[in-house]
Amino acid sequence: MKIDFRQDVDRVLQEAKAQQKPVLLDFNAAPM
Amino acid sequence: MWPNERVARFVNENLLAARVHPRQNPDAFKQYSERYKAPWTPTILLLDSDGVEHHRIEGFLPVDDLLAQLMIGRARIAFDAEQWADAERRFREVVDTLPNTDAAAEALYWSGVAPYKATGNPASLKATGQAFKERYRDSPWAKKASVWT
Repeated sequence: MKIDFRQDVDRVLQEAKAQQKPVLLDFNAAPM
Repeated sequence: MWPNERVARFVNENLLAARVHPRQNPDAFKQYSERYKAPWTPTILLLDSDGVEHHRIEGFLPVDDLLAQLMIGRARIAFDAEQWADAERRFREVVDTLPNTDAAAEALYWSGVAPYKATGNPASLKATGQAFKERYRDSPWAKKASVWT
């Protein structure tokens, strides 16, 4: 299982608001 | 630690996940690292559905400690939303399932606070203070709970 990381943070924040779901925001320099 | 199965399951079941990379996406990294004052990597923020930060994890952690911190962050979001029963359940789950992590003592502390906030009955604080006499006695959270007994 992998984490469904997305790079469009604005979009994720919009969806979080619509779904009333919290967000994990990862600042990470590891290879993607 | 992200490829770990337990971490991935928790994140996918509880959170929407976004990642900003300082070299592959420098504009986004600059924008969001400035907005959230997060210049260092790795840094993980737990945000509520309005984008407000409730918990921060800075630096590398082994799997169990990372998972415990993510669980604490999710519990903290419930706590700050005054969802006391959900917060208590989530804090207690950290203590029960990851008792040897650094976060467990913090979770034990807040698992006593949440029911007190719900009811005003100090019994849960007293019980938590007593519990700290049996476990995590050297943690800073035991000192904070020492006034409850």
